[in-house]
Amino acid sequence: MAPSRCHDVIVIGGGVVGITLARELSRYHLDVVVLESDAEVGFGVSKANSGIIHSGIHADPATLKGALEWPGNEGWLRLRDDLGFGFAQVGELLVALSAEELGTIEHLHARGERKGIPGLQRWDAARVRAHQPNLSRDVIAALWAPTAGVVNPYEAVLLIADNAAANGVEIATEQPVTAIEPAHRGEPDGPLVVHTPTRTLATRYLVNAAGLRADEVARMAGVGTFTITGRKGEEYLLDKRLAGLVTSVIFPCPTPTSKGTLVTPTFDGTIMVGPTAEATDDKDDTATTPEGAQAVFAAAKRLVPAISERDVIAEFAGVRAVADSDDFVLGATGRRGFVNAAGIQSPGLTAAPAIADHIIEVLRDEGLELRERSDWRPRAEHPVRFSVLSTREQAELAASEPGFAQLVCRCELVTEAEIVDAIERGARTLDGVKFRTRAGMGRCQGGFCTWRCLELLARCRGIPMTEVTKRGGTSWLVRDRDDVDAAPSGGS
Amino acid sequence: MNHRHDRQPQPQAIDEDVATHVYLCTGCPLGCRLEVDAVDDEVVEVRGFNCRKGDRYGRQEHLDPRRPLSTTIWIEGAAIRRVPVRTAEPVPRDQLVAVVEALRGLRIAAPVKRGEVVVADVLGTGIDVIVTRELPAVGQRDHLTTGQDPPASEA
Amino acid sequence: MPITGQLRHLEADYDVAIVGAGPAGMAAALGARARGAERILLVDRDAEPGGILLQCIHSGFGLHAFDEEITGPEYAQRYLEQVLEHDIDVLTDAYVMDVGPGGRMKLMSPTVGVTGLDARSVVLAMGARERTRGAIRIPGDRPSGVMTAGLAQRMVNLDGYLPGRRAAILGSGDIGLIMARRLRLEGVEVVGVFELLPHPSGLMRNVVQCLDDLDIPLHLSTTVVGIHGRDRLERVTVAPVDDGREPILERSWDVDVDTLLLSIGLIPDAELARELGALFDPVTGGPVVSGTMETTIPGVFAAGNVVHVNDLADWVSREARVAGEWAAALATGARRPDEDVRLVPGDNVAYVVPHTISRDGTHTVSFRVKRPIHGPTMLRIGEVHRRKVRAVVPAEMVTLQLAPRMLEGWSGAVLRIDAVPAEAVVR
Repeated sequence: MAPSRCHDVIVIGGGVVGITLARELSRYHLDVVVLESDAEVGFGVSKANSGIIHSGIHADPATLKGALEWPGNEGWLRLRDDLGFGFAQVGELLVALSAEELGTIEHLHARGERKGIPGLQRWDAARVRAHQPNLSRDVIAALWAPTAGVVNPYEAVLLIADNAAANGVEIATEQPVTAIEPAHRGEPDGPLVVHTPTRTLATRYLVNAAGLRADEVARMAGVGTFTITGRKGEEYLLDKRLAGLVTSVIFPCPTPTSKGTLVTPTFDGTIMVGPTAEATDDKDDTATTPEGAQAVFAAAKRLVPAISERDVIAEFAGVRAVADSDDFVLGATGRRGFVNAAGIQSPGLTAAPAIADHIIEVLRDEGLELRERSDWRPRAEHPVRFSVLSTREQAELAASEPGFAQLVCRCELVTEAEIVDAIERGARTLDGVKFRTRAGMGRCQGGFCTWRCLELLARCRGIPMTEVTKRGGTSWLVRDRDDVDAAPSGGS
Repeated sequence: MNHRHDRQPQPQAIDEDVATHVYLCTGCPLGCRLEVDAVDDEVVEVRGFNCRKGDRYGRQEHLDPRRPLSTTIWIEGAAIRRVPVRTAEPVPRDQLVAVVEALRGLRIAAPVKRGEVVVADVLGTGIDVIVTRELPAVGQRDHLTTGQDPPASEA
Repeated sequence: MPITGQLRHLEADYDVAIVGAGPAGMAAALGARARGAERILLVDRDAEPGGILLQCIHSGFGLHAFDEEITGPEYAQRYLEQVLEHDIDVLTDAYVMDVGPGGRMKLMSPTVGVTGLDARSVVLAMGARERTRGAIRIPGDRPSGVMTAGLAQRMVNLDGYLPGRRAAILGSGDIGLIMARRLRLEGVEVVGVFELLPHPSGLMRNVVQCLDDLDIPLHLSTTVVGIHGRDRLERVTVAPVDDGREPILERSWDVDVDTLLLSIGLIPDAELARELGALFDPVTGGPVVSGTMETTIPGVFAAGNVVHVNDLADWVSREARVAGEWAAALATGARRPDEDVRLVPGDNVAYVVPHTISRDGTHTVSFRVKRPIHGPTMLRIGEVHRRKVRAVVPAEMVTLQLAPRMLEGWSGAVLRIDAVPAEAVVR
């Protein structure tokens, strides 16, 4: 009962790795499908991280993490040039607070230069202070790496996904994979069939970019050679008032398990502190904790003493997928056509473009024919962001389309037309609308616009209000009254 | 026999039927804790108040507590799905839930005017339920409009 | 669909432009008309005027403004009828994007697009917004089902939806208390109201009528310390707090709910004033205002919850009328009064509005106390006025009238406002 149509590549997992890979695959004459278990792409750790594109100095080059960190950084520049999401190379300062840490700086400096990372400099305390006056007086020296950048990770994932879709990739959401089997008995090297609760798809190649569930997916295909555990990172976003407190990414010296808690400007200029790095048995545990907050702020204050818990406006946590090898798990497996892109812990966001390139080479080696398309379009059509336009542009837009004159989110100045566009581009949930348009991200945190966004989701998707969710699953937002059978027919 | 306060000991015949009930006065921020002694439906004494309002409130609260009641009902053909209504006068406290239940499933049609009666003598209380705001039928002009064109109705 | 129709043509300039058509904005418009302003514009972001009153279907409004207890929608409509009688331009579905220092206003609406106009005087009457989860940092998951009480009020009262089936309420502010009753009457199970402070934040009357009447428990000195549920809220952890308001986690317990309403306070929605560079009062979170309700930006007035969170709409309207009158007076050539007296909070007073006054006008002075005094209380305005009241609580705003005769013969520059136990005052 294999389906008649056989896709070329199915990518399991619509996080930054799966989506970036899918876009790279869309350059070729291939039939590509992305299966995402959540309601929308990028809803896992891809949107719940520090948003940093690392300079390249951090990971040991003997590991895949270290080998792909710096090429990944370069890949983000190319993606930014194509797609125009928010990415700024603000540089990073890795600071030493004690004499022992000077050794760490020297080691990372030398290793970074061997990796070919440009612009590395050792700064003394005075130079550090001149550049970042709000850093602790205890900083005695720092390693300056100008190649580090900050990105809006959710915006990036969405634009990459939109571009992949525009180039013909099918992105199917709410498709958790439940089983994988050979399409034809007796052909152990032949095509595979992938089952979800609502679909059955056949494919010649299958890429496992299933994040926290990648070990389960590998087991389904009979190649369960690794296990994934969760490592939770809590992040705390501070009030806009503090914008400018630091203008580069500030790292402490690393410990064996973690790059440590850092203080960073986001692309939008607000300050974020985090993450923690706590092993968790529950892969769905994205709760923030009092202990996490305490640890983050204690560490952050050592770097920037003016930081205070009182300035938090939002907090969240992401769970990073850590393989038992403590490295990325990339490449071919014992099952021909089944390729892993798993164990993507930090620096996974940074490395994602390089991981995509790496996997494409693996697929080529596995026999996938890669014929470049002449009609591939690298650039995405950008959603309008009303708030950043000039008054004249705003007036022209509003005159041409009244939806641009109807405000929905006043904190971030998002119009009804932008919300409708986001829904047309694939936003299915309140969080999806929020991450695409910024509606609800401002200081009132959705107090004013939540209801309007809900109504627009229901209207544009043609579903009742009770079926609109915050982020899929059972995250419903409203219930009907028990006398709903008497409700007026027209709706509101 | 209006007691100003409860400080003076009141010599009282021992009466086993006297029960003391406690109410919190809502007359002012002071929030006096009122003790109402009553034999069946007759208030013998109110203590704990600091003004006459408290005495009155304690008696009323014991004998016939009433509350203003507001809720909403379905409305057909208006810009919103629910129209606010209230009881024209406060209703007995123990009838609050029953009155809301009686209005469940009720639907009226726009236009409606403020003060319009939607249910007369609700549950035999002698009290009407009235609409508390005007709602024109969608797309319809009415006396409150400023004379411009009616808005083009959206989807 | 507004009952006022849609204004399709804006004038290029107005005597008085008012941002926000709630109880403050409508009263300001009437005040401006009464004081002789000719062209008055009232702008509101919603589809119809009335502001938050339209979802406040409960009674308790109008006792001071109309000498009669009515509901929020009735209060709004009575004002709106007057606004329309007085031929005031009302622009709904509109958002004021920017107010420049000279009264240059940039706004947008589907009927007029993105456009500008000049206003001789501007009155800011945007009201307040609700504090959200981020403001109090409750750790845990981020499921759906955690929302402000005001959002729940809107969905229940205007749209006929329920926020869930079983709810807890954090904070005993009036909106939270009122929503406890509202949800209970609509068949939602309300497991309790949890209040960090040792006393209710809302009015006593609401505690009795919204909670006690319906057997909804009020847990004082208790707060929510954990939120659980991956998709939808499943339960919250609550814990008592010690004298320093720190939760005692060993004594915490879990409550199964699918809904948590937050009624944890309001913040003046005064961004326009902030962007203009107006001076702010850190306690109220709103702009500093003079006795004419003018901010520190000349020609820009503010009134109602955008200045300080009031307990009654009636006070908002009274204050906004003053703002509207002076906005009109200054727009039509009157001289700005000499305001050389400062009002400052003293003993047990959190803030005072207005911040400065003139010596020759009659002023309503509004303030809130920091701590309740359950007994005779002396309210003092410097050495010039004192009044004894039965009791004061933070939930109820206190107002005093200050007349010119009280200041006769007084030559100081600062009046301290105190609220202290009466027996402590030496006569």
